[in-house]
Amino acid sequence: MIPVIGLVIGVGVGLWMQPTVPLSLQPYLPIAIVAALDAVVGALRALGEKRFDDRVFVVSFISNVVIAAAMVFLGDQLGVGSQLSTGVIVVLGIRIFANAAAIRRRIFHA
Amino acid sequence: MPDVKGPLARLRRWSTPTTPHLAVGVLIGLLGFGITVQVGQDEETDYSSVRGVELVELLKSIDAANERLAGQIDDLTATRNDLQNSTQRSAEAEQQARKRAEQLAILAGSAGASGPGVVVTIRDPEKAVSAGQLLDAIEELRDAGAEAIVINGTARVVAQTYFLDDEGSIRVGGREIKRPFVIEAIGDPDTMAEAVRFRGGLIDRIANVGGTATVTEKKKLTITALADVKSPEYAQPTS
Repeated sequence: MIPVIGLVIGVGVGLWMQPTVPLSLQPYLPIAIVAALDAVVGALRALGEKRFDDRVFVVSFISNVVIAAAMVFLGDQLGVGSQLSTGVIVVLGIRIFANAAAIRRRIFHA
Repeated sequence: MPDVKGPLARLRRWSTPTTPHLAVGVLIGLLGFGITVQVGQDEETDYSSVRGVELVELLKSIDAANERLAGQIDDLTATRNDLQNSTQRSAEAEQQARKRAEQLAILAGSAGASGPGVVVTIRDPEKAVSAGQLLDAIEELRDAGAEAIVINGTARVVAQTYFLDDEGSIRVGGREIKRPFVIEAIGDPDTMAEAVRFRGGLIDRIANVGGTATVTEKKKLTITALADVKSPEYAQPTS
């Protein structure tokens, strides 16, 4: 219940304030969002398997975001920013698909 | 984790705010906020997230477009200049045509005229001056360069004007001219006065038949009388 309320409040605030992303954060926000999505999908899977833990979710969410941003930052410093962000996206995408597949198997048994 | 025994207990577990629950809610809220912000960001044109290679491609295409548009500007400027020139030329042609029309109107007697000239006054109490002599006087003035001539202020003398004796008076182009005759002619005053005064000229001839002729030079004469302009019935312009 509380996550749903939080989601609604977050989307509402974003729509209401229409803030612009600071220039220094612009390369990191998309990657951070994908990393967070990965954490959320993983949490959903854990929820389905009844082994969801708030603490694990919080830690994985934050560490995912921080590590993804750090990798993009490092990539930019090394001059391989676009390749490395592509790589991060691919990896996170694979994880999201894997988790989604697990959820699907659990729900539909297929 | 508390054991889950039924829908009620599950609901309670879901709806009881604990600190980790709140943290999860805040994180999810942050995620929603971030997605919303990023999606809104994408609607603006922003190149800071575009990578160098793409920027180079973008720059190339913009350069090409720039060049194309510069070419278009050049073409259109040339066209505009051409049009302006042709407008100017036709305006000049129109002005010249109007000027020529005015000159022809003076020659044809369909417009008034003003300028320096002479006034020749012929008095003949014995009515001895004939139409022929009057025509001679006009010819004398024309010979001296008269450009517009009017007799008695009413009869404009042009190419088609005829002179006719008519029972003691004279008709000029159909108008009856009463004595004394006052011929106003626009042209070079000195030359025309000279043409009238020379020995054996107009003044002498008028004196021979018992009249008097005087000529006065004027700095400015204004002729307002117009000739009756007929459009030619038989003569067609050849070109």
